[in-house]
Amino acid sequence: MARDGGVSCLRRSAEMMNVGIESAPLDLDEVHVLAVDDSLVDRIVIERLLRVTSCKVTAVDSGWRALEFLGLDNEKASAEFDRLKVDLIITDYCMPGMTGYELLKKIKESSNFREVPVVIMSSENVLTRIDRCLEEGAEDFLLKPVKLADVKRLRSHLTTKDVKLSNGNKRKLPEDSDSVHTTSLPATTLPPSPPLTILSDSSPSLSPVEMFSSSALSSPIDDEDGDVLLTSSPESSPTTEEESPIRRQKLRSPGLD
Amino acid sequence: MQRQVALIKQSLFDQGYLDEQFMELEELQDDANPNFVEEVAALYFKDSARLINNIDQALERGSFDFNRLDSYMHQFKGSSTSIGASKVKTECTMFREYCRAGNAEGCLRTFQQLKKEHATLRKKLEHYFQAS
Repeated sequence: MARDGGVSCLRRSAEMMNVGIESAPLDLDEVHVLAVDDSLVDRIVIERLLRVTSCKVTAVDSGWRALEFLGLDNEKASAEFDRLKVDLIITDYCMPGMTGYELLKKIKESSNFREVPVVIMSSENVLTRIDRCLEEGAEDFLLKPVKLADVKRLRSHLTTKDVKLSNGNKRKLPEDSDSVHTTSLPATTLPPSPPLTILSDSSPSLSPVEMFSSSALSSPIDDEDGDVLLTSSPESSPTTEEESPIRRQKLRSPGLD
Repeated sequence: MQRQVALIKQSLFDQGYLDEQFMELEELQDDANPNFVEEVAALYFKDSARLINNIDQALERGSFDFNRLDSYMHQFKGSSTSIGASKVKTECTMFREYCRAGNAEGCLRTFQQLKKEHATLRKKLEHYFQAS
């Protein structure tokens, strides 16, 4: 079994942070995102996009690593993972081993994380794929290349939902006008613990992400027979914040790549 | 000097080497991360060199495992798209079509073209980053 010092070290430091805490005020702006993508370039880009929108980011290179990070990779329900604050999971769809869809299902099956919004990214505009993900409970479906506008829209969603104050009371903020694919997400009930501040420094060093890299073997991608494959033209990226993923892919005209 | 840089960049766009995604990445640069695009580009070329090597080896073996080749090209196309490498992306798309058609000859031809575009882009971007 590969020893991954990276993830377990971070977990330990998380535990250490939570032992004997003074009540650090929960920074409402600190959104912690778990990003999952097997492509190194895409991981760097999504991480940057998220940091620019004031998110703390943990980036991993596979569904298995994501489950490992969330503590869902084994049967024992560890209490310490109640304190792991993950506000959003954004994952690539096409990944070797475990697809983003399979990861989505596992997250939705877990009691600790089923309420965390999961966003799927894909380079391919496959209608059945999008529908399947949304049906399984994905919050949104983004077409790659993901743009800053996409991430800003996601971000604004997270801060206009029920906002949890450090004393545990829920405070409802007015929802933004984008109500098309807004689902009322119940706030995750977490004790007021400081958010996991790993990999959150703003240094341009890229090595923290590399910590999670493994040489993933490429395997043939999921070839969905019978699916209608639409390719989107780069020019038709949505700019309004009102568009739902379903609307978005209907608006995209199939064009030559 | 600034004008020189602007001209180089403009020609990269005009000649279709780069698309708007490159500009999206430049928007993400700030004082704390002034070289973000250059860093991403470096990673891209390192990563894509590995893929090119894998594909070269697969093609040299002579056994055209189109599934495997398509899988490599899917990765290649993905990262090329993310950095805005427009011409390279086009070649990737063409290669994948030949894979799906089981056309070995087409794959080989396209791959040569892809390597050329990739090398050209690398040189041009090096020049651009040096100037800026």
